Amino acid sequence: MNKRLNIKQRDLRNAMLFISPWIVGTLVFKLYPILASFYYSLTDYSVVNPPVYVGLDNYASLFHDPLFYQSLANTLYMGVFGTALTTAFAILIAVLLNNRKLKGLSFLRVVFFLPTLVPVVIIGILWIWLLQADNGVINTLLSYIGIDGPAWLADPSWAKPSFILMMLWSSGGAMIIYIAGLQEIPESLYESAAIDGAGFLRQTLSITLPLLSPVILFNVVTLVINVFQWFAEPLIMTSGGPDNATLFYSLNLFRNAFQYFKMGYASAMAWILLLIAMVIILILFKLNKKFGHIE
Amino acid sequence: MSIPSIERKRDYQLASAHQRQSFKNGIQLTAQYILLLIFAVCFLIPFFWLVSESLKKPSELFEVPMLWWPKSPQWSNFTLMFSSFPFLLYLKNTMMLVIPTMIGSIVSNALVAYGFSRLEWKYREQVFVIVLITMILPFQVTMIPLFLLFKELHWVNTYLPLTVPHFFGNPFFIFLLRQFLLGIPKELSFSARIDGANEFQIFYRIVMPLAKPVLTTVAIFAFLHTWNDFIGPLIYLSDNHMYTLSLGAQQIMGTLDPKWNILMALGVTMTLPVLVLFFIMQKYFIQGITMSGMKG
Repeated sequence: MNKRLNIKQRDLRNAMLFISPWIVGTLVFKLYPILASFYYSLTDYSVVNPPVYVGLDNYASLFHDPLFYQSLANTLYMGVFGTALTTAFAILIAVLLNNRKLKGLSFLRVVFFLPTLVPVVIIGILWIWLLQADNGVINTLLSYIGIDGPAWLADPSWAKPSFILMMLWSSGGAMIIYIAGLQEIPESLYESAAIDGAGFLRQTLSITLPLLSPVILFNVVTLVINVFQWFAEPLIMTSGGPDNATLFYSLNLFRNAFQYFKMGYASAMAWILLLIAMVIILILFKLNKKFGHIE
Repeated sequence: MSIPSIERKRDYQLASAHQRQSFKNGIQLTAQYILLLIFAVCFLIPFFWLVSESLKKPSELFEVPMLWWPKSPQWSNFTLMFSSFPFLLYLKNTMMLVIPTMIGSIVSNALVAYGFSRLEWKYREQVFVIVLITMILPFQVTMIPLFLLFKELHWVNTYLPLTVPHFFGNPFFIFLLRQFLLGIPKELSFSARIDGANEFQIFYRIVMPLAKPVLTTVAIFAFLHTWNDFIGPLIYLSDNHMYTLSLGAQQIMGTLDPKWNILMALGVTMTLPVLVLFFIMQKYFIQGITMSGMKG
């Protein structure tokens, strides 16, 4: 009896030793910054002078800042259209790539994954040139089929769609996850559906999509949260222009923090971001439960 | 007499239905294949373009209509990269971040994941939920206080803010390793304990050798993340002797004469090692990504 207790105690002590790096890391690099960030959000802090407590002033002025609303609207645009198109596209490619009757697919699978390996700065440099109005690849290809392409990144109404194109090109990671999800679906379901005369489309709608829904949900959550945190590409390619059309939420936050040194203001934006992320996750987990019941 | 004839008729009908079905399937398969090929070509064009631009003369970059391929490929752009861009210095700086990050990621996450999988303790699963929650904590929330903290410590413009945190666990890697370690039979640990091995010996001599595949995945992801990272160096490195390849490339873009063809050559040079790594280690990449998406 006594010995068993010792084993339990020894295991606990050992476990705490093993996870100690994580405990320290979480306290110093996660918990402290979360709390400090909330404190800073209640101050006026320009780094040069010590922080001055101003209460909820930063939040109040955020709600009167047209740029705050514009950056939020830009991000929601990407969150809705970017996520929807990327998800539909990634599932389409994954379904096509999962067809065991087609040959040479392992090579094609690699092709769709390659863009995710390119460093973000290089993606930025490359896409600036692909999207050039008069001698870019995309408009040249469009001109072959008689379409006069837009000015993309230089045109306020086409700048966000330009970034959606880039999102599609970089969706290889999601495709891999969808393929893995598809391979979990038993082949026998498709066989019996085929005997009943269901075609490819019918099989996709009644078997593939419902059984894939947990994976879709996971990918959508990841994508939406990434959209809210995403700012390297617009920072490199457009720095928010033209006409603030690509001033996304996190780019706006980054600028306030590291270009205007309004640390208090930026911290308030960070806390709102945290709340938005939590709400999104909560909603999607509720949805997950619903889907789970259907299964 | 009539019965066989009906049967024959039904056989005939079945066969022709089958034929029609397989013909339809054939068309459908061909259509799917063509669709995939079109998309695949679209996905490859940017890579082709990167190479094509990296071999152009400066004047050819701006030609309208565009040139699919330069008239005489300028391979010298790749040697110019060394003289007009501090390539070797920035490569060295990048490695100064990559190597500690890889070591820190492997060591710390292996230890932590071991504590969360190979040892039984009360509230283990509850504490692990905290790991999962921190995985979705937005980077922007911690970015400002950490910058101010590192500034107080006089770590800004050193590599410490970009490497030290990797020695304290990363929730995604902990999750990845834990999934793998849970699958190793417990009996191995039991018998080692009976033989008198202490917990660290079991970790180091028995469990870690078995976990090599997933440790490789962690090492690859840590490498890739640091090699490609741009935001971290942008925040913390202000002295241009300290720049990494990514940050150096981005800073040149903002200058008056960015020498785009040299930048494209740099792009080819930075992407190539990653692609080679991918082709050698494909299995580990796919395994890591698949595990991250298949929690349930």
